[in-house]
This record gives sequence, structure tokens and C-alpha cells, in this order.
Amino acid sequence: MTTITSMPAQRQPTEPPRQHLVVIGNGMAGVRTIEEILTRGGASLFDITVFGDEPYGNYNRILLSNVLAGIEDEKEIFLNPLDWYRSNGIRLHAGVRVTRIDRYAKAVFAADGTAVGYDKLMIATGSRAFIPPIDGVYQPDGGLTPGVFAFRTLDDCRQMIAAARGHRAAVVIGGGLLGLEAARGLQNHGLDVHLLHAAPTLMNAQLDAEAGQILRRGVEALGITVHTLAMTTAVLGDDAVVGVTLADGTHIPADMVVIAAGIRPNSELGAHAGLDVERAIVVDDQMRAVDDPDIYVVGECAQHRGEVYGLVAPLWEQAIVLADHVTGTNPAATYHGSKIATKLKVAGVDVTSMGLKEPEHADDEIVRFVEPKHGVYKSIVIRDGKLVGATLLGDVRKAAFLIQAFDRGLPLPEARLEMLFDLGTPPEAVGAAELADDTQVCNCNGVTKASLVACVTSGQKTVSGVMATTRAGKGCGSCKTLVAQIVEWAAGGAVERDESADWYVPAIPMDKPTLITALRERELRSVSAVFDALAPGGQEDAGSKMALTSLLRTVWGRDYIDERDARFINDRVHANIQKDGTFSVVPQIAGGVTTPAQLRRIADVADKYNIPMVKITGGQRIDLLGVRKEDLPKVWSDLDMPSGYAYGKSFRTVKTCVGLEFCRYGLGDSTALGIAIEKRFQGLESPAKLKLAVTGCPRNCAEALVKDLGAVAIEGGQWQIYVGGAAGAHVRKGDLLATVDTPEQVITLTGRFLQYYRENAKWLERTYSFVPRLGIDKIRAIVVGDSDGIAADLDARMQQAIDAYTDPWLEGRDPATPGQFQTSLPLVELPKVPMR
Amino acid sequence: MNPTTETTHTSPDGVFHRLGPLSEIPIGEARAYAAAGQQIAVFRLRSGRLQATDASCPHAGGPLADGQTDETIVICPLHSNTFDLATGTSPSGAPPLTCYPIRVSDDGIIEVAVGQY
Repeated sequence: MTTITSMPAQRQPTEPPRQHLVVIGNGMAGVRTIEEILTRGGASLFDITVFGDEPYGNYNRILLSNVLAGIEDEKEIFLNPLDWYRSNGIRLHAGVRVTRIDRYAKAVFAADGTAVGYDKLMIATGSRAFIPPIDGVYQPDGGLTPGVFAFRTLDDCRQMIAAARGHRAAVVIGGGLLGLEAARGLQNHGLDVHLLHAAPTLMNAQLDAEAGQILRRGVEALGITVHTLAMTTAVLGDDAVVGVTLADGTHIPADMVVIAAGIRPNSELGAHAGLDVERAIVVDDQMRAVDDPDIYVVGECAQHRGEVYGLVAPLWEQAIVLADHVTGTNPAATYHGSKIATKLKVAGVDVTSMGLKEPEHADDEIVRFVEPKHGVYKSIVIRDGKLVGATLLGDVRKAAFLIQAFDRGLPLPEARLEMLFDLGTPPEAVGAAELADDTQVCNCNGVTKASLVACVTSGQKTVSGVMATTRAGKGCGSCKTLVAQIVEWAAGGAVERDESADWYVPAIPMDKPTLITALRERELRSVSAVFDALAPGGQEDAGSKMALTSLLRTVWGRDYIDERDARFINDRVHANIQKDGTFSVVPQIAGGVTTPAQLRRIADVADKYNIPMVKITGGQRIDLLGVRKEDLPKVWSDLDMPSGYAYGKSFRTVKTCVGLEFCRYGLGDSTALGIAIEKRFQGLESPAKLKLAVTGCPRNCAEALVKDLGAVAIEGGQWQIYVGGAAGAHVRKGDLLATVDTPEQVITLTGRFLQYYRENAKWLERTYSFVPRLGIDKIRAIVVGDSDGIAADLDARMQQAIDAYTDPWLEGRDPATPGQFQTSLPLVELPKVPMR
Repeated sequence: MNPTTETTHTSPDGVFHRLGPLSEIPIGEARAYAAAGQQIAVFRLRSGRLQATDASCPHAGGPLADGQTDETIVICPLHSNTFDLATGTSPSGAPPLTCYPIRVSDDGIIEVAVGQY
């Protein structure tokens, strides 16, 4: 008779009694769940005991194929060494198989006689290799015939490596993922490999027939012999394997047979304990066995809403819900099932697959590209405008984009081809996983992929947290998307939802539309009033001030109450700060059209104030660099030109070509329209800078297709308007918003688009992100088609903003604050930039 | 209004340098002064509290008096490094700033203790 041991009673009498949590299974699912429980303070709630069938600590089973292939040493695949169990106070029974659960006594019994009582039980017994009924696989004693191997555990892997040394020819039964990896691994050991697969094409669970054919050619090119429609009926040989026989009578000589014909959940313990078992142990949305609230089940042995998952990603999601629930951290946590996307290298061929492999309904859209000669296959399945399936073979450069679109139901580009190829769209070419560790991700602050990953590993699990710690994305911001992808990848899907990601500014827990409504309803007109009314504890926040100033000016125009400390230095002194604390001065030269008199004045100013550098800008203007702060008022006064706003998050410039007047190709008066647009919208504050262009014919000399907004004159007196273009840190061709008949219509739609952008874009979100985020179709419907009935309001609010314009350089005559133009580095010798 | 003009004044706390009238600094902003061969930024926070630190950012020499502040930190205008105004430490990981004792005299002049004390 076994006695049921109780856990050591070493706790202080004041502590609440801890419950006993017993975990059956020391694999990836069980241990990952324990880690999640520990991060939720589980150590003070539970005494934890783990039973593991295998005599080791916890290892990464996915990497066994790398061990077999000799790419990785087995030492490298261990996740939690025995020390980890000790230091977390976990009792590990390694190499001890649990044989029975007694739900009424609430105890588990192991093969070595151990018996342990539990308050909560977690079953994480995983799967085992499925051995199909083939003659000669088993010996009379029930063990596998020598020379026959399953491919599931570290021991299997070790035995295969040992056997590979003394053998010449191997047969691998099963042409799924595991079989392909086993075949490739054995081939690396110099064996002659035959791959036998019962279905007509390889990896038929994930790939359609055509893709399976292409994969087959790739595998055969490696020198592996593939047999499909191959039903193995017998393994030949008594004491040692000599070959296999197929149903059609074919005989294949081999001295080693590896069976990789699928896995079966280890659900017998649950079944014997009276739990509901179908294909695996049936669980509810909290990962509890449906018939026993004290028994949780996680991983490959759990069946949730009819699905049994054999991949690792769902397991992470299950572990989080289970831990939230069992620790009481979030009793409402629910698991809703996982969307599975896999991205792997199978026998040297890149494969990405997710969702459906083929259309199911008559109105499902399918887009396919097949290039068998180069081993490339791409297909996507779309239902109701959402991506529901995709397969990539050979060329997986679009994988990152597709996985995101699949996972989050993102809006898809109208040109479906863009989902398979990069057609001048934002590059999704390199996904987070493929980037080399030393790749510099944030080129402004010099942050590498490795340092982002290290930050995540050290426990920082939110995108904003990683950005704050590493300063990645804190420069020009153009790398933010990639940083977010890397954090998600490094966190293995465990990235914590970052509520503040939707907030307009960090200090105020509201997204932009909510914040605008609050500003209007409560008549908040100054930044300090906004902090008082809306920030938690009325706390002001330096990093939120600039964005709030911009928004208040957008909402209130002339009626905004100015607080100078809430402005960034550039907006306090209306010039762009340089590395040595001097400023750059760019006067307005609308449309890039100037006069000899203006040029003379600029030259005189440059001489008079010893301006170290005079530079023609990309926006067709003239930049005076290295101007001392205290000289700014005098420089402006002598220039006698309005500000060009080259320093603000605002409307900046309209680049033009010469258009009708002189150009022999010109179709429309681009300079006149460009000047009109620049004069009308000058100085308008916006979420990020705005650079525009107007070009007089489709030759596009003013580069209107890569501007925030660009107008192109076309034959017939018409104008095309493109929005969301970029040619800076990102390169993106703008989307066609509309084709109109007159320059007046260009100005109207420009104003309406800009106002819609001002009211709806996130802070610092350039149009090249804003337009694809909302989708050009939606923007066109609202701005051109007035689908929301707001066009007149947008136009009216834009007119108010235009009416509120004053030239900020007039402040030079009458400073807004004492010492507005006083130097902030009183002893530093200026200028530092060399004279040219 | 020459910012480098200064007079000194000894007190039990050390040598206090008279920098200029408090009214020269708009609320929420900062101005820079030179005292005892040092560049000092003086911050007048919205609560009315005054803080004095080195005027240039230890990262790349940015003018901190041109930065934006709240009750706790200043953000350098060049590369957005942040510094705690009370302790000089940098949450963004830049080397620390020196902070200086500061007070306002009865006649409304800002005084900062720099150097030997």
C-alpha cells in the first residue's frame, strides 16, 4: 500500500496555505505554463511538483531535427536546466512515468511507487509517434525491431545518430514535415535516403498538389529519392532491418527505417481517470478538463473546440490563459483557439503556410503564382476581403506581411498581386526572423536586432517598453514597424498588449478621436488645462507637450491658448535647431519660384551675419545654416520674407516643375497651382511634416508620386492627385486619390484630404503610414465621395485653420517671451560648422 | 541683458552666484547662464520650483535650456535624452548631469551655488 506524501511544511504560520499543483509532463507545454504561473506570483500560491517521462530537464523538441542534422549540439536545445527547478522550489521527478490519476482521492500514482496528492492538476503529456500497422515493425517482446526508429524524443534522436554511423541506406516513412526533416538529417550523415509517403504529394496537410510537386522537386534535387503513393506493408529482416516492401510489391533495400507518420496525443491517463476524451482530452475555454474543474490540460494532449494543435505557437497562448486562470490573475481569461501560421525550412526549402491551402467556397478568391523551374510557388485565399489562407514556397519574402494580415484580419491591397510581390510598396521583404543579429534596426540611435532581442529576453514585453529602454524608434521613427515586429517575434507571440499604443500621447489614456471630443466638450484650450483635466493625477508630461500643442492648434485654430513651454524649441523660435545649438533659416519660396531681388537679399543676409553654409534644399528652397539664436530676429527682418516652416510638424513646401510657361511638354500650369497651394496652406500644423509637389506632365519632374500629396497634369486638362507617397526613410509610391478637371478642384480636395489627415492621423504618423493604414478606398470614399457626410465640415474647419495663419517671423519684432532669442549655450564659441 | 554678467555672494552653503532676475525666465521654460566658468541651465517649473543643472547635454552637447520639461525631467532637444532635474541621472541612459543648489534672493535674483563650497 502506498502512502500519499504531503509537501514539506516549512512555511510561516502567517502565510496563507499554499495549494499543491502537480504537473504531469515535463515538455515544452508543461514547463512554459509553469513559467507563466511563476511570473504571476505563482510561487506564493502553489507548491509545484513535476513528473517527466524522460530523464532530463526540459528541452526544445522542435530543434531535435537540427540535432539530427548536426546543425545544433544537443546541449544547446535545453530550455530549463535542473538548477532552474531547484531555484524555483519545484520538485522534479525526471524519468518517472505517472500511471494513474485518482480524481476522488485527488492523487497521482507513478510507476516507481511514488504517490502525490494534488489540489490542482495539470496534464501536459503531449504526443507520441504514431506507428502505423506494418508487419515486422515490432519484435515479439513489444519493442521496435532493431534498426527501426520513431522520431520523437531526444533518446530517439541519439539512437538514430548512433545508428547512422554504421548504416548505408535509410528509409523514412512519412512525407510530412517531420519525415522531410528526418530524411534531410539522415542524408547529412551520408546515408542514401528513400522517403516513402502514402499520399500523392508531399506535406499534403499544408500544401496543395501543385505546391507539393514543387517541394518534391526541391527535395529530389538534394539527392533524396521520393516515393509517393507508397504504402509500406512490411519491414524485412529478423534481427536487423534489411529493407521494406510496399503494397505494389516494390522492394527497397535499407538497413535503417525511421517512422515519421504523425503523432497521437497521450490522452490515456485522462481517459482512464474518466475525463472526456475524443481525439485528445476535451477542455473548456479556461483549459480545464470539461468534467473536472481542478484538472487543467495544456498542449498537444488538449482538444479545444474540436482542434488539437501540434505546433508550438498555440501552446504559448494556452499557457497564458491557463496561468491567468489558475493563479486568479484574470479569472475571466479565455482561450478562443489559435490561428496557425508556420514558417519553416523543410529540407532546405523555405515554406510558409497558414489557414486554408485551397478555396472552399465558390466565392473565395484565389491568387496563385507558379514557377516550377525555380521552385517558387505562391498562393493566397481571400474570403470577404480578408486573408484566410496562404502558401509560399521557395520565395517567402512576403511572409511577414501575410502572417500579419492573416492573424489580424488587416485590410488587403486592392491590387492583390502586391500581396505576393513587392511592387514599389513598402518593403516587407525582410521579416524579423531572417534579420541577422547584428543588423542595425534603428539607424538613428544605432540599435541592433540583438539588443532589441536582449531587451525582450530580460523581461521587457511591450513594444513601447522596449523602445523606451533601447531608444529604438526614438529618432526619425521610420523603423517603428520593424521594431514592433522584432519585439513580437522575440517574445514568441507573448508580447503583452500595450494599451498605450493607441493613445495619442503617453500621458493621457485616450486615442485621438476620444481626446478631440474631450477637448471640444470640455473646452480645453491650453496644454496645462488638458493635463489638469485629463491626465491621471493631473500630472504634466514633457514628452506629451509638443503633440498636444499641435492637436490644440488643429482643434482650436486662433482660439488656442498659447503656452510657450509646451512648444518644442523649433516652434518657440521658428527655426530648426542644429547639432551645435545654432539654427537653420528657410524663407518661403513658394513653388520654388524666386526673383533676383530675393536672391540678392538672401546673399546680403548671408554675408552680414556670417552664415557658414547656404544650401539649396530638396524642397526647392534656400537654407541658411548655422544662424545664432540671438541673430534670428535680425535675419528675418533683413530677409523680409515669410517663414518657410522648414522646422515644424507642419505643411512645408510644394515642389513644382516649370510646367506650361517654358516647358515644351507641359500640359498644366504646375507652378501657378503649386504656388497657390503653398500660399493657401502655409504653416498649417499637422501630425507630421507635409511635403507636396505639383508637376506639369506625367514625366513627373517634380516627383509628385512620392510626396505626401502630389498633383500631376495629364492630357485633356485634367489633374491626378496622389496621396501617401514618400521618398525618404521609406520609399512608397502614392495612391491615386482622384482625377479632377480643374486646378480649383485640386485645391479643394487637397484641403479636405489634409484636414482629414490632421484630424485622424496619429502623432508623427506620416501620410505614407496613414494612407495604407486606413486604405485608399476608404479615404477616397470619405474625401472624394463624401460617404460619411463630413466633407463640408472638413472644408469649413480647414478654412478656419487657414484664416488663423500669421507669419511667425513677425515675432522677431516683438518677442513673445523674455529672452526668447537668448542663447542657451552662453560660452560655446560659434559657429562650429566649417565655413564654405 | 547679457547672460554672462555675474556677481558672487558668500553664504553658509558656499559661494552663490547671482545670475539674474527670476522674471527673466518664463514659467515652464529655462534660460542658460554662465557662472564661475560653468554653463548653467535654470529651469522654472510650472509648479514654481527652480532647478539648476549643467547647460549642455553630456551626450552630444545639446542646449538643455532649449529642452521641454515637466515636474521631473528635461528632454534634450537634439536626441531626446532625458534627465531627472532633481538628481541629474538619465533614464534614457546618457551620462549624468551635475545639479546645483539654487535659491532666489529677497530682491528676486536667482542665485546658484557653483564650484567650491
